[in-house]
Amino acid sequence: MRLLKLIPDDTNIDFVRLRGWAFGLTLLLSILAIGAAATRGLNLGVDFVGGLSIEARFSQPPPMEKLRATVDRLGFGNVSPQQFGDKRIVSLRLPIPKGADEGATNAEVNQVQAAVKAEFPDVQFGKTDTVSGKVSGELTTRGIIAVLLAMFAIAIWGWIRFEWQFGFSTFVAILHDVLMTLGFFAITRLEFDLTIVAAMLTIVGYSINDKIVIDDRIRENMRKYRQMDMRGIVNLSVNETLPRTVMTSLTILLALVSLRLFGGHVLRGLTEAMIVGVIVGTYSSIYVSSSLLISLGLKPQPLTAPKVKGVAEHAERVTRRETP
Amino acid sequence: MLDFSRWKRWAISLSLLLGVLLSIPSLMGESNANKYHLGFLPRINLGLDLSGGSHLLLEADTNDVLKSRLGAMDDSIRSAMRRHDPRIDIGDISTSNGQLVFFVRDVAQVDAAVEEVRRLTNGVGTTGQRDWDVSVADSNRVIMRPTQAGLDSFVAEAMKGAVDVVRNRIDALGTREPTIVQEGSDRILVEVPGVQDPKVLKDTIGRTAKLEFKLVDINVGQAQLVQNQVPFGDEILHYENGAPIAVQRRAIISGTQLTDAKLSYDQNNLPAVSISFDTEGARRFGRVTQENVGKPFAIIVDNVVISAPTINEPILSGNAQISGGNFTVESANTLAIALKSGALPVALKVVEERTVLAQLGADSIRAGVTASVIAVVAIVLFMLVTYGRFGIYANIAVILNVFVILAVMALFHGTLTLPGIAGFVLTIGTAVDANVLINERIREERRRGRNVVQAVELGYKEASRTIFEANATHAISGFVMLIMGSGPVKGFAIVLLIGIATSVYTAVLFTRMLVAGYLRRQRPATIHI
Repeated sequence: MRLLKLIPDDTNIDFVRLRGWAFGLTLLLSILAIGAAATRGLNLGVDFVGGLSIEARFSQPPPMEKLRATVDRLGFGNVSPQQFGDKRIVSLRLPIPKGADEGATNAEVNQVQAAVKAEFPDVQFGKTDTVSGKVSGELTTRGIIAVLLAMFAIAIWGWIRFEWQFGFSTFVAILHDVLMTLGFFAITRLEFDLTIVAAMLTIVGYSINDKIVIDDRIRENMRKYRQMDMRGIVNLSVNETLPRTVMTSLTILLALVSLRLFGGHVLRGLTEAMIVGVIVGTYSSIYVSSSLLISLGLKPQPLTAPKVKGVAEHAERVTRRETP
Repeated sequence: MLDFSRWKRWAISLSLLLGVLLSIPSLMGESNANKYHLGFLPRINLGLDLSGGSHLLLEADTNDVLKSRLGAMDDSIRSAMRRHDPRIDIGDISTSNGQLVFFVRDVAQVDAAVEEVRRLTNGVGTTGQRDWDVSVADSNRVIMRPTQAGLDSFVAEAMKGAVDVVRNRIDALGTREPTIVQEGSDRILVEVPGVQDPKVLKDTIGRTAKLEFKLVDINVGQAQLVQNQVPFGDEILHYENGAPIAVQRRAIISGTQLTDAKLSYDQNNLPAVSISFDTEGARRFGRVTQENVGKPFAIIVDNVVISAPTINEPILSGNAQISGGNFTVESANTLAIALKSGALPVALKVVEERTVLAQLGADSIRAGVTASVIAVVAIVLFMLVTYGRFGIYANIAVILNVFVILAVMALFHGTLTLPGIAGFVLTIGTAVDANVLINERIREERRRGRNVVQAVELGYKEASRTIFEANATHAISGFVMLIMGSGPVKGFAIVLLIGIATSVYTAVLFTRMLVAGYLRRQRPATIHI
């Protein structure tokens, strides 16, 4: 049986030569992402801004204007009914009542539900979330701390296990991935809620995973080929790990796409964030983090240098043969 | 790397078999597990987003604790001064700005008063600090102010009571397997699966349910009521419709003396709440009703007057009925439950609510299972066409991994949430990464001209190091999520972390055993990979 090979054997793409272009493109996209996030802002969900969010399910697609008027009449502020793919499911969101105490947000829910039920007796409330200002503030702080903590913890790990250049370059690359995902949410206006924080942390974890594999190969090759220059080593390592990088990204994308298509609308934001994250993460592994190592002045150690730490210090050295 | 002793092969195979067996009860669901007498085995719990139900975060109003403590201290001081021999005359007790202030009329008695008051304070903690700070100003003004340690202990005590009261009330609603835990110093987390109407739940647990009977001051006229002027010792309360009524400040009886409360119907067949007092309460109620025949008294719940019936005859049985409010069967029932479980020692506010309809939960499970199955099938096919025999080994490992994750979650009584399912699908995607790394490395080593055994051996050895590094970093982000995350983030992290651990076991150790067995038995001169 002939087996599938997505990437031909012994590719020799000069990724390092492309790094000038890649850095430029990365910088441009990052600025665009920051700009989008800064000017348009994120469509933050009730988890982070407080207020209430009700998912109402009707047996027929409801007249949206009537629905809006019904809720507006209660005077809790502007409601923005939003339909999902299924027109019978409508999401209603209301802000935190002004100047009210912490429990007031929740008290609104009963009134809103009663009013909607009076107009549309067949309605069912699939999901109800109310979050007070205090709790949403805590969730925001914890979310930001979690993402930052994960990024720093992993950068420090890279520094301890490898060299500081590895830690720094991965940190820059993840920063890029996180910014791109934020930009994606700013541009698409998808709701940014707690599950997206989970998605961001997974992107961080996955992206690092990807970079560590290449970094590990660079470290290995630096010991094998002490005479080779850094450009050669990085190019060789990225090319050697290319089949794995592509294979793994594809299997994960297969999983994510099936989740996006069949996992229901509740997981939509989570899976879309991760799909974007996997794509930008793979890009940054190949073009950003490893090429950055050269700019940071990482060099193979001369033979007289003391032994380097690491699991593979006794790794056997082999010379590369020409393939027949 | 390719030597596996007999006992090692057995150990690996048996542990995986155990994993598969332990995952079965979770896959069957509760009712089937019970049917086949497997109900005793550990099972994965479904999160509220999958089972449907309500998650409520209640926060105590700490000002309310202080207020009720000040009120109680007010009562204690009055009776202590009255009992003191000779009686200490005090006046102008005020409890505002978080402190209690009163005057001692005779300056000579200030020291005696302070001593009496000190006796009412308690030590807190191990530092010998008192819960109240007592000081004297302007020679005859006594000021009491709770210390920070005192405040903390008041809140802690109130919370302890509040958790019990909330539990009693939820149990009375007849819901199954609720979770009621205190979070931090002033919050209670309530999770009740399967609730269809969270409003009933909130009405039942959220109300303080402080019941008081107070005599109505019939001497206060309408004009005084409107002008808000009442004699000393009286206060103005309101009916539900807002109408004012003057009552004596001092309650003749309170809800703490209740033994029972239940839904009943009054003479007009309208819903009402029947209550019974304990012996002490019954005696007192009997005495007061005897002394005040012909006068009205107000029945007050949470400072709202429900009704003010006239005492027709002394009530000596210790039973009474709260009627005349605009009760529905439902509201009378929730009031009865609330009264019977005792008043909340502190007012609670709902600061976070998440309710999911059971039907939506069921839809999510179905969608999640569909997505998982399709993901597994797609990945299995992909691995098969890419790595052939080695792909089959990886596939067996991935499928076993699915069962083992479920088994480990069941063993830890883990909770599966919707983001958890996403984590599950993602884990399936990353689990094959280890095999991709190994297989790509074997391909590489073969290309460099190594023989089969050497290539496989080196492939596993070199890839294992990379897999360790990569999974360690992945686990770091998982741990951060677990520690820092809340709700959905946590559910996701648990599955991710378990998945990382089990996938290394199945994808590295187990496939290596399979490959080693193949090489030993067949001794292939070349391999398709």
